[in-house]
Amino acid sequence: MTVKSTTRARKKAAPAVPDTLPTGSGAPLDEGGRPDLVQLLTPEGERVEHPDYPLSTTPEELRDLYRDLVLVRRFDAEATSLQRQGELGLWASLLGQEAAQVGSGRAMRPGDYAFPTYREHGVAWCRDVDPLNLLGMFRGVNHGGWDPNEKNFHLYTIVIGSQTLHATGYAMGITKDGTDDAVIAYFGDGASSQGDVSEAFTFASVYNAPVVFFCQNNQWAISEPTTNQTKIPLYRRASGFGFPGVRVDGNDVLACLAVTRWALDHARSGNGPVLIEAFTYRMGAHTTSDDPTRYRLAEETEAWRAKDPISRLKAHLEREGLADEEFFASVEAKSEELGLRVREGVRSMPDPDPTLIFDHVYAEPHTLVDEERAEYIAYAASFEGGENL
Amino acid sequence: MAGQLSIAKALNEALRKSLEEDPKTLLMGEDIGKLGGVFRITDGLQKDFGDNRVIDTPLAESGIVGTAIGLALRGYRPVVEIQFDGFVYPAFDQIVSQLAKMHARALGHVKLPVTIRIPYAGGIGAVEHHSESHEAYFAHTAGLRVVTPSNAHDAHWMLRQAIASDDPVIFLEPKRRYWDKAEVGDTADLPLHDARIARHGTDATLIAYGPMVKVCLDAAAAAEEDGRRLEVVDLRSLSPVDFATLEASVRRTGRAIVVHEAPVFLGMGAELAARLTERCFYHLEAPVLRVGGYHAPYPPSRVEEAFLPDLDRVLDAVDRSFAF
Repeated sequence: MTVKSTTRARKKAAPAVPDTLPTGSGAPLDEGGRPDLVQLLTPEGERVEHPDYPLSTTPEELRDLYRDLVLVRRFDAEATSLQRQGELGLWASLLGQEAAQVGSGRAMRPGDYAFPTYREHGVAWCRDVDPLNLLGMFRGVNHGGWDPNEKNFHLYTIVIGSQTLHATGYAMGITKDGTDDAVIAYFGDGASSQGDVSEAFTFASVYNAPVVFFCQNNQWAISEPTTNQTKIPLYRRASGFGFPGVRVDGNDVLACLAVTRWALDHARSGNGPVLIEAFTYRMGAHTTSDDPTRYRLAEETEAWRAKDPISRLKAHLEREGLADEEFFASVEAKSEELGLRVREGVRSMPDPDPTLIFDHVYAEPHTLVDEERAEYIAYAASFEGGENL
Repeated sequence: MAGQLSIAKALNEALRKSLEEDPKTLLMGEDIGKLGGVFRITDGLQKDFGDNRVIDTPLAESGIVGTAIGLALRGYRPVVEIQFDGFVYPAFDQIVSQLAKMHARALGHVKLPVTIRIPYAGGIGAVEHHSESHEAYFAHTAGLRVVTPSNAHDAHWMLRQAIASDDPVIFLEPKRRYWDKAEVGDTADLPLHDARIARHGTDATLIAYGPMVKVCLDAAAAAEEDGRRLEVVDLRSLSPVDFATLEASVRRTGRAIVVHEAPVFLGMGAELAARLTERCFYHLEAPVLRVGGYHAPYPPSRVEEAFLPDLDRVLDAVDRSFAF
């Protein structure tokens, strides 16, 4: 597949995002027949402006974003290592997608709600979910485990696209409650083929639900390229459902922040849903179980490496003199600290008591579960005293 | 409430009461608003409660259930209508993979009080996909509760109990009985998951639920003319099953015949027969027998009478039980 260069200057300004019922465009096709991307930071770290998505940032905010990106990458790398060491059964790496997740995650207000897939570790980070909570399901000690309402971050969803409907229903509830919260539904380019995603678009549009559909087009659904999912750029799907679609440079944390903030405000103001396609790249495998060298070219991966979300923000900070060596050293120290905490935390994570099997199957007592729990406990107890044989 | 009501009206009244009692209760489904549902179960409710509470949805079953899950996560108590049994399959993933499991996945931190109403089973001469009995799929799925009333009183009170439950409930409505009338009392006389002895007898136990309860009551009346006193247990709840009531009945009578419309193979009858055999083995005079549909797609309506258990097939099974 071809990869659009984001290093060229944009040929022309992207059009205004429609403020009435849209024609479905957030960006036109460029000369190469590919739509332009909203970009605020070039791969070289040069700050550029976009007429529709202005963003003012303080040096401190930029440094905070940089710290987020580095720590999220470190957490992800640590989890990948832990999987290789046998501490996790599986890991879905976000390598390469840090900017899309941190940018969109930092665009949310405290009252907003995120519905993730299983790869949104960076969004979880922004929602202040303890990273160790994310590892429970990959270690096999639970299927989620955290309280979604504590940080307004729903459980990871493995069946792709299912959560877009949950997000839409939740957003419909916000409308009924009359608050100005909004919801983000995360999904990938592969999930865009699922019926549930289309149904979510329909419901969100019909009920004007305050939900932002944030598609991270990382180019690959396990081994299947985006061209196996769609014949048109994904962001243009929105037009058929009657709401705006925008394509953003998913490796540009500032553009992701600005566009998502705009989209959330658009949604919370009663204007209905928005689809954001964050054009990015999954640098690693789909999960630790697959081998991307079997299905994609090294050249492609290398081309994307040049657009790395962290190095471009670092270049910007250095170019503008917004951060010094002391700052970078402090981020590095925090990264080491996080790595250690994650390693030790996972290794000391206790296996649950087997009776967990029976806990929480139902909210109210269920006689079959009660019987089977009692049977299990009696059976397990029958082994007592036999342990030393 | 007093007076004779059809099951359809009893359900309508239950929805009305639930909407009145709790502002978080919502109804969602296709054609449930102005039309009042294809069976008119929601008749007049949108007029009285508004389209913010009684919501006509797009024609997308997965979307209906999936958004109901989201609404429940936001603190609402959605009651969704699937228009016909055979249309629930597009929502199957949302029901069994998402709705059923989310409470456990969240270690109890979230509750999913979603009620899914499904007019089910046959006997109305309908076209394909309008007569299925799919209760075993749902009863097989941990995390779901599955119930089905057989009369107007239970229809009313079981629906109110289902809506009040903090668990997801699959509420199966025996559509061929919608117009059967009965007295609806002022209180629920049983918890949602208790079975009910619909007719007392001493010689054999007929176990049925939903549309087959009437068939079994008719069979029991006919058997009495032959001098056989059959007990009829209306199961009411398919998950969980009230085995205490079943076991007590079977121990008294020594014989059990399970009757349902769904295909016999791997159906509810298989589970009931297996457990009753385990628990009542020395009390049984004959194997637990099953009467139900065949291992075939639900047939065209001109031959559905051959597929559906009727009084004669039930009595034939009773004869077989006594022949052991």
